[in-house]
Amino acid sequence: MILRELAHARTGDKGDISCISVIAYDAADYPRLEREVTAERVRAHFAGIVRGEVRRYLLPNIGALNFVLEGALGGGVTRTLALDAHGKCLASRMLELELAAAGPA
Amino acid sequence: MKTIRIGAGSGFSGDRIEPAVELAEHGGLRYLVFECLAERTIALAQLARRRDPEGGYDTLLAARMRAVLPACRRQGIRIVTNMGAANPLAAARRVAEVARSLGMPGLRIAAVTGDDVTDRLRGTDTALDEGGTIAALGNRLVSANAYIGAGPIARALEAGAEVVVTGRVADPALFLGPLMHEFGWAEDDWPRLGRGTVVGHLLECAGQVTGGYFADPGFKDVPDLARLGFPLAEVDGNGDALITKVPGTGGRVTPATCKEQLLYEVHDPARYLQPDVAADFSGVRVEAAGEDAVRVSGGDGAARTGLLKVSVGCHEGWFGEGQISYAGPGAAARGRLALEIVRERLRLIGHEAEELRFDLIGMDAILGPPGGAPGMGFEPREVRARVIGRCNSPEEAERIAHEVDSLYLNGPASGGGVVKSVREVVGIRSCLVPEAMVSAGLTWMEA
Repeated sequence: MILRELAHARTGDKGDISCISVIAYDAADYPRLEREVTAERVRAHFAGIVRGEVRRYLLPNIGALNFVLEGALGGGVTRTLALDAHGKCLASRMLELELAAAGPA
Repeated sequence: MKTIRIGAGSGFSGDRIEPAVELAEHGGLRYLVFECLAERTIALAQLARRRDPEGGYDTLLAARMRAVLPACRRQGIRIVTNMGAANPLAAARRVAEVARSLGMPGLRIAAVTGDDVTDRLRGTDTALDEGGTIAALGNRLVSANAYIGAGPIARALEAGAEVVVTGRVADPALFLGPLMHEFGWAEDDWPRLGRGTVVGHLLECAGQVTGGYFADPGFKDVPDLARLGFPLAEVDGNGDALITKVPGTGGRVTPATCKEQLLYEVHDPARYLQPDVAADFSGVRVEAAGEDAVRVSGGDGAARTGLLKVSVGCHEGWFGEGQISYAGPGAAARGRLALEIVRERLRLIGHEAEELRFDLIGMDAILGPPGGAPGMGFEPREVRARVIGRCNSPEEAERIAHEVDSLYLNGPASGGGVVKSVREVVGIRSCLVPEAMVSAGLTWMEA
């Protein structure tokens, strides 16, 4: 299954940095997201798009993860040649992340 | 317990106007806030002001004021906006003109100035976050505007302003100013300033917390986006709030819409740095409180850093771009051929670009080459070949657009729908300055 089954996401931008939230529909799924959706996996998932570091922040209070992707916007929103200059579409790419077939017992 | 209702009438300069009128007429508001300044907007406004000394403020300022001032005056709703952009004084004069034309003599307008630090920073060795210094930008520097805090807005309201017009102000501060004024929050009451920042952050993009930028059919359905209602917050003296919207408008307010907006453009949620406070979103609670109503509480804050972020605009040349479509069997192959032809043409004519990019929209323009994204092995029925480059002159940029245009007669079979553009590039960089460098001031006007 893909992340889209369990979570929703939104992209924001600051300069050359893309921020992508991942929010569990059901708070009960949050521990699974925290375990599976790691900064390393997200960096690999965005290979070819993100050139810099990926950091992850945990928000168990609202069942969410917040990712900061450096060097993701072709040098910055205001000067990138990319069609989607803000990287607004990247949250949808995030939701394609493959999760383990079944949740843990 | 006293509560204040504060609404968001816009989330960017091009935003819809009707939802602001709905809020003014039916929101039971005390304050209506218009946030209209994206990172780059103020640099573009500085260029506009150089062309016209009475310009450089939001082009929809007069239209918005004409639309909401009657309802606001009638109900005593005070307006706070950063539509002053690069010229808050001219914007305030324009608001006064509109008020007079609507028959509202005596309307008190305050302009907040002082965010423009272009002359202070020009030629200095102030380090840019992206590397290099302001001095090194030389005459490419367009503008430098500091994100100032809520203090001047609160002072203007204290002194009786009915409309407050600012330039570059931190977006949440547009909301925090009225809250500080209403509840008498001290400038070092970090937890309350933190919670007020949560409220401001949730509201500053207007429709993005009421169901805009959210709908995903089958997963996240949102009713009636064509009539999207903009949000309002009912805030108590502790800074906790109920987020809602005018009944009967489109959209939804749910814990999910609020959570998405809470984290929007946030890096470390425990340290959301603002001119007034280092806000802490990490303990925020978001709970459903009825239809289209969400209770938000538990924000916190710590002492501000004493540094202000400055948005630095600089000339980065010109973009030249051309696009052309191919469809039906072999569309992708013809699109790729078109890109190869333009690449070779630019080489043959000795074209000089700082950067060039070749995309096949429908294949790889957004998520990169198919290898990087699973599920992209299909052959699309339509593609759009796109060539864009950044150049040092508009003439050089135009040559890129021209080479795509010439594919009509000289390129692959059945290419159509060429669109060309040449536009100036104003890039934005940033730096930090000590808050003491910036002295905000108020200028008063009366309709």
